[in-house]
Amino acid sequence: MGLLSKKDAKLITDPLADNNPITIQVLGICSALAITAQLKASIVMSLSVLFVMGVGNVVISLIRNIIPSKIRIIVQLTVVAALVIIVDQVLKAYAYSLSKELSVFIGLIITNCIIMGRFEAFALANGPWRSFLDGIGNALGYAVILVIVGFFRELLGSGTLLGIKVLGDPIEKTGLYALGYENNGFMLLSPMALIVVGIIIWVQRSRNKDLIED
Amino acid sequence: MSLKNNLHKLKEKYNGTKMAPLFNGFHTFLYTPNEITHGGTHIKAADDLKRTMNTVIMALVPCLIFGMFNAGYQHHLALGDIQAANGFFGATFWSWDNLVVGLWKVLPLVIVSYGVGLAIEFLFAVIKGHEIEEGYLVTGMLVPLIVPIDLPLWMLAVAVAFGVVIGKEVFGGTGMNILNPALTIRAFLFFAYPTWMSGDKVWVHGAVERAQEIAGGANVDAISGETVLGSLAQGHEASYSVADMFFGMIPGSVGETSTLLILLGGLFLIFTKIGSWRIMLSSVVGALVMGLIFNGVVDAGWISESSKFYGLMSTEFWHHLLIGGFAFGAVFMATDPVTASQTNKGKWIYGFLIGFISILIRVFNPAYPEGVMLAILLMNVFAPTIDHYVVQGNVKKRMKRLKAKTA
Repeated sequence: MGLLSKKDAKLITDPLADNNPITIQVLGICSALAITAQLKASIVMSLSVLFVMGVGNVVISLIRNIIPSKIRIIVQLTVVAALVIIVDQVLKAYAYSLSKELSVFIGLIITNCIIMGRFEAFALANGPWRSFLDGIGNALGYAVILVIVGFFRELLGSGTLLGIKVLGDPIEKTGLYALGYENNGFMLLSPMALIVVGIIIWVQRSRNKDLIED
Repeated sequence: MSLKNNLHKLKEKYNGTKMAPLFNGFHTFLYTPNEITHGGTHIKAADDLKRTMNTVIMALVPCLIFGMFNAGYQHHLALGDIQAANGFFGATFWSWDNLVVGLWKVLPLVIVSYGVGLAIEFLFAVIKGHEIEEGYLVTGMLVPLIVPIDLPLWMLAVAVAFGVVIGKEVFGGTGMNILNPALTIRAFLFFAYPTWMSGDKVWVHGAVERAQEIAGGANVDAISGETVLGSLAQGHEASYSVADMFFGMIPGSVGETSTLLILLGGLFLIFTKIGSWRIMLSSVVGALVMGLIFNGVVDAGWISESSKFYGLMSTEFWHHLLIGGFAFGAVFMATDPVTASQTNKGKWIYGFLIGFISILIRVFNPAYPEGVMLAILLMNVFAPTIDHYVVQGNVKKRMKRLKAKTA
């Protein structure tokens, strides 16, 4: 890659697989469980977190030398809160129904452990460019899992993808439903999101045995 | 040469190959292996895990056979083909026609349950390269007995796959699971396909079909397949006599209806020392206590007849033992040695809370009239905690005694 040095590229690729914030560090689980019943909601949530993480990491990195370390958590919270309010307002203005659907969970991005974790662990000690890459990388790692979980939950739970009927019409009994197939209501409940995340962790760790901790 | 010797010879041949676990599993299912212990002195008894499991299956067989007759009986009774049988030995109950319907509907459930479950166990045994764990023998028999008769087979297959993999194999297989696999399978079905697991249609064979015919414009009477529990939760009067409920001539999951046969199975398990009498007894006590409390609330006039809880609350406390899956759950599910409490004191607490919570859920949550399933799963989760505190309590008591002696 010409644009990024090998070390910088690792900042993006690592969180996608072997250092994934959800499956390896097990952070940000709450939102992964709450909003993944629909693929669309998962994607919007991922984009919101991508924005907050990318910008937030840069901001924190820029002011890292002037933040008094005793109140750094409060400063970090202020930065995230400001960014989350921007996201919330944009969604309310341009995608009102979706923002209704995501309800409180956009606001709860503030408490997403991945964001605070990256601020603390990375942005406070690195320059803006590397912090930006790190933020994007971790947000993408979060997004990958959200999209996978959202895909399976919407497909098996509602028979749709992004709201489009994939498996046929359950009421008029077309497609798979004509054969007697039925949607799996359990998929729409939060426990199933946890189980799907668990299965992803299982698959990932059996492919790469180094990730198994004793 | 006997079959046993032939099998032993074959065993040598397969030893060390990929298929060895599969063969060994079949072999030890039929015979006690002729292996002797190597080094040290150990007593090796013949009643290994497979014999234990087989004993439970023997206790379940009467329920299964009765369930088949009952499936046909309920079907024919609902269609109006036959008269209600009077008492346990009624001629219209033990008829060939009933058995044919039962075999036709119940055997596929048994075959799918065992086929899918054992296939997954074999698969995991071959991948992991260990012996086949026989944990599915009992689960595979329990599952068809706790589902509605008209459940689509593919749903059962999906649920069994889920239950065996997520409920058991991910924890490390037989003996390592936290939750009872059979109940995990039922809970999956219950939350995934609620229309097939509750309501007034699925419990009698033919009711769903009839409802579809009526929706299609056919001029026939609807069949009601409501369970006693379901109708009480709706606030209706129970239309079955106590004898019917005790003998099991009521609609319900395949094997759960006959309290009499479950009682016999339970006595057999207690006699063979496979099932814990402490858990069975204490869960019955727990259920009676909760039932008495509710009856007391009704007698005291603290609840009006218009309340939606009135129907089940005013049910006589000991009727709770006869209706729904309580008896089946307390005898065959709560006593699962892997997921229950291990200490004797713990077993009393564990069983009591199962009974207590079952009736609590039954009465207060009409959406989940079958509280036994949820109560047992909940207590499965708490069983290790109960054991922990029982053991700690014992340690403390002994420490005190030690101090008193040495002081």
